[in-house]
Amino acid sequence: MNSDLSLKEIKKEWHGTYKSYLIGFSLSLILTCISFSLVVGDLLSGQNLVYTVLGLAILQAIVQLLLFLHVGQEAKPRWETIIFCFTVMVLLIVVVGSLWIMNDLEQRMMTGMNREQVAHD
Amino acid sequence: MKDSLTIHHKDTLELNPDLSIPDPHQDTYSKTILGFWMYLMTDCLVFASLFCTYAILHRETFGGPSSRELFDLTTAFIETMILLFSSVTCGFGMLAALKDEKRKVLFWLAISFLLGASFIFIELREFSEFVHAGHDWTKSAFLSAFFALVGTHGLHVSFGLLWLAVMMGQIHYAGITVDTFRRLSVFSLFWHFLDLIWIFIFTFVYLMGVI
Repeated sequence: MNSDLSLKEIKKEWHGTYKSYLIGFSLSLILTCISFSLVVGDLLSGQNLVYTVLGLAILQAIVQLLLFLHVGQEAKPRWETIIFCFTVMVLLIVVVGSLWIMNDLEQRMMTGMNREQVAHD
Repeated sequence: MKDSLTIHHKDTLELNPDLSIPDPHQDTYSKTILGFWMYLMTDCLVFASLFCTYAILHRETFGGPSSRELFDLTTAFIETMILLFSSVTCGFGMLAALKDEKRKVLFWLAISFLLGASFIFIELREFSEFVHAGHDWTKSAFLSAFFALVGTHGLHVSFGLLWLAVMMGQIHYAGITVDTFRRLSVFSLFWHFLDLIWIFIFTFVYLMGVI
């Protein structure tokens, strides 16, 4: 079952080029600098700042996934991409679910730390 | 069997391969990359649960310092830059390996190693400053979650450095062969993945902690 490829054939499987690494690198650099200067320079306030920084992080993650980790660029059938999509799904369930439950619990149980009131409810 | 599988594998480099034939990813290289990718994705879930824990506990300071008082953004920014540079030099090492330039590979890997080691150095210095100021992981839920999340990432980078050192030794003695090339591509996935995780630590822990 073990059919091994030669070095030359293996190298065809690698997707990175100087161009892709340099584009990925400069985009990451720019995005990191923007979010850093937004926070340090107090250019936005409150919720706006949080959402902008969050968006920039997700944008940078997409850049790095495509240009450094080469998601979705392997030969068909794309098992790695399928596994990746599944992981994103599980990850969202775990993260969003946990935060939802814990926030809900906090609102019900911890407000004012008034345990008597909670007990009467 | 062997020949037919190899041919099928080559077929998948085409845009529209014949999908009625059995799964073509049967060679050691594809299997290793697939297996390692699965490991990375489960590692992703480990970090996701640590991020969750941090997000839930980061306000529970128990009278200790809050994230706003504790974090120095400049240090975190320098760490981010170091890791990004290390990630891209590792990529250049891969490209040199594609061209069979052994010396260039060793050069870029050595730079990646030095950058990774300085990242760990800065992180450990930051940790020891916190501990010496009395803000260790026993002080509050916030600090426990912080040390667990950032420490796990640091531990990954440390093991990556060990792996990188071994890889450099192997390439020095064996050159670019089927085996060392495979190990190198797996390593570069690991290294880029750690950079990606750090982007989220920088954003969620350091930047959001100061906002």
